Amino acid sequence: MSDQFDLVVLGSGPGGYVAAIRAAQLGLKTAIIERESLGGICLNWGCIPTKALLRSSEIYHYMQQAEKYGLTVEKPGFDLAKVVARSRGVAKQLNQGVTGLMKKNKITVYFGDGKLTDKDMLAVTKDGQVTNVSAKNIIIATGARARDLPFAKADGQRIWTYRHAMTPPEMPTKLLVIGSGAIGIEFASFYNDMGAAVTVVEMLDRIMPVEDAEVSEFMLKALTKQGMDIRPSTGVQAIKTGAKGVTAEIKGADGKITSEEFSHVIVAVGIVPNTEAIGLEALNIATDRGHLVTDAFCRTNVPGVYAIGDVTGAPWLAHKASHEGVIAAEHIAQALGKDAHPHAMDKANIPGCTYCHPQVASVGMTEAKAKEAGHKVKVGKFPFIGNGKAIALGEAEGFVKTVFDEATGELLGAHMVGAEVTELIQGYVVGRTLETTEVELMQTVFAHPTISEAMHESVLAAYGRAIHI
Amino acid sequence: MMLELKMPALSPTMEEGTLAKWLVKEGDTVRAGDVLAEIETDKATMEFETVDDGVVKSILIAAGTEGVKVGTPIALIEIEGEAAAPVATVAAPVPIKVEAAPVVAAPAPAPAPVVAKVAAKAEGDRIKASPLARRLAAAKGVNLATLTGSGPNGRIVKADILGAPKAVAAPAPAVVVTDGTTPHEVVKLSGMRKTIARRLTESKQQVPHIYLTVDIRLDALLKLRGELNEALTPRGVKLSVNDLLIKALAVALARVPACNVSFNGDSMLQYHRSDISVAVSIPNGLITPILTGADTKSVADLSTEMAALATRAKEGKLQPHEYQGGTASLSNMGMMGIKQFEAVINPPQGMIMAIGAGEQRPYVIDGALGIATVMSATGSFDHRAIDGADGAQLMKVFKELIEQPLGLLV
Repeated sequence: MSDQFDLVVLGSGPGGYVAAIRAAQLGLKTAIIERESLGGICLNWGCIPTKALLRSSEIYHYMQQAEKYGLTVEKPGFDLAKVVARSRGVAKQLNQGVTGLMKKNKITVYFGDGKLTDKDMLAVTKDGQVTNVSAKNIIIATGARARDLPFAKADGQRIWTYRHAMTPPEMPTKLLVIGSGAIGIEFASFYNDMGAAVTVVEMLDRIMPVEDAEVSEFMLKALTKQGMDIRPSTGVQAIKTGAKGVTAEIKGADGKITSEEFSHVIVAVGIVPNTEAIGLEALNIATDRGHLVTDAFCRTNVPGVYAIGDVTGAPWLAHKASHEGVIAAEHIAQALGKDAHPHAMDKANIPGCTYCHPQVASVGMTEAKAKEAGHKVKVGKFPFIGNGKAIALGEAEGFVKTVFDEATGELLGAHMVGAEVTELIQGYVVGRTLETTEVELMQTVFAHPTISEAMHESVLAAYGRAIHI
Repeated sequence: MMLELKMPALSPTMEEGTLAKWLVKEGDTVRAGDVLAEIETDKATMEFETVDDGVVKSILIAAGTEGVKVGTPIALIEIEGEAAAPVATVAAPVPIKVEAAPVVAAPAPAPAPVVAKVAAKAEGDRIKASPLARRLAAAKGVNLATLTGSGPNGRIVKADILGAPKAVAAPAPAVVVTDGTTPHEVVKLSGMRKTIARRLTESKQQVPHIYLTVDIRLDALLKLRGELNEALTPRGVKLSVNDLLIKALAVALARVPACNVSFNGDSMLQYHRSDISVAVSIPNGLITPILTGADTKSVADLSTEMAALATRAKEGKLQPHEYQGGTASLSNMGMMGIKQFEAVINPPQGMIMAIGAGEQRPYVIDGALGIATVMSATGSFDHRAIDGADGAQLMKVFKELIEQPLGLLV
């Protein structure tokens, strides 16, 4: 005999637990399998605890800037252990929150390693004990993990992944960050603010390569000004670990190889999907370069088996996983005759945020991508220096760039750098989801004084109508 | 208080109409409910009532004016009293003024506008569409009223426009074959004739038709009809062969749902009900009243409903919802002696069944040549949505339902 469910979700990250809750809301008998902690990486080892760390570094940064605001602080300092403890506390609080949500929604939680033994059957192994769980539908939400460099296996001592970097045993003095995506830049920002000497290397010719080229250029200057050593078109070829640190062989933009010493290395060169040992091979579930292949409703090629989040591919973002979780749960519920109306996933409307300072946020196409796609574009750009609130905050560093299709007025993309832009981007995301054109954005009243006024001005600027520039 | 009376939209798809006739003149006093004018739309002629009491001060558009855009002021009325509401521009679409005519089977699908897209169009013709969709539609010349919205609550979004066929320009004026010396007269097209011309041209240009023909033995159906009619006489119901064929098509579509679909750009609509449009010929053209849910209604109910619809069609009293929509059509030219024909699909429907005459033919029965009553039926299918094998399956089920007609009763 096995336990029987309408839906079993494998993995309880921000994709899995949201899918389970949505399914339970729709009346499905739902279970979730987790091998470690409810909430997955996002909540325990990713998005949330890093934001807690970055909040500490941000306040520390402000303390050092106190004089600028007419305040005096005597010798700002920090206790790394307490900073980390706060971050862990935040993660723990949210982890308990998810536990409560599972209970409230009457979702059965199995702790252990889950594996598909058939397209409607899973085995959960915990301490050698196997429980069979029967499922009319399955959502695979196993996520992903940090990609290793073959010559720099993370050891938690000198070579770190994001996970080690979140609970550092000691403060790095000279840090090498390999990779300039969101994770690399956020840790670079944190440790730089906390006083480490930080070097960031990026293989591609610009940092934060998924962002608009102007954002990359701006961030290169901003981070350099903060004292970081940022090196695009640069690769690390070998790393040797010694007692006091590591020696990295770095091939620079000029092709010369140098040998440099660092106290620690953070490897942030992407992720690999968690697809091993979960029974995919036996079911012949289709994959593409390791990621599970799904359609706009998150279906794999096997009927009744869905997949969401990082295991299915880019963008590797928690909110993408959560959104897919809702879509998959609704699609399954609809097939079971419930009153659910799933909508197809539109990846063009997934915002991306990086919580360095200044912050970076974007949605839709970069200017270059828009032109590549054949659009004739109108581009608006507005600097924070023209925004009253940003000046009052002492955060006049940043800009808002908007890209419109000249023929239709479609907002193709928005790219922002500056204070609080990770909170502001949602305005454009709503606009894009509602299929706005420039007209509705121009006709929207923006509150004064807010940084969001720069969003309005950027749209106006695209049509030569900006007021404060 | 002076009110502008505007050209009403008498159907969701109406964009312009002909102001056929004024029934009042300047200076006339009118009461709410009085018919002011007759307006010819693409479907029929409709009466336009006032909803206010007042005096006709001025007629702005002369009778006989064609192509009056919806919303154009057509008259000024001085409303009595203070409480008068602002001009109500749309009067109820009341009786269609079409002369009575015998109902005959029609040669081609009627020009019923696109599927009833309930969601996209709320009362008062408000079309839910995103700002971007509106602008794209304007740029591409797509009529939003002809689209099904795929967004929340039927909102028309960008994808719907990109997947939509471009509005086809009015058919180019036909080349005049005569050198002008052949005696002739120029006959003006009615709104209905223009719509038939436009929609059937669209269908033949945009919809790849495939045609599948089967011969169907009618003897069992005729026998059953005789028996049923004897039983139904006390109820005043007399089933026609056509009623039973409508039922057979509806049931066949329910059993072969792959044929009960509409091609919809980058998606398909899968219908969960068989709504059969039945082509009915009327003097100025033809119209297709709809038997909704024909797959689940009894043949007696269908027969009664069809008779009522046909009568109302003859009298010109069909309401737009009674002829707009439908998931498939049936056209029967049997009574006109046509042996077999291929009908034009009525978009966005996915198929139409063309029925030929039932006639005694030499027929091989149990390996020997005999005589049987046989008719030919030809299904036209939209190949974008329906493959030949699915169409063939529908034809097979349709044939079986007629040759073993007890299946129509359960």
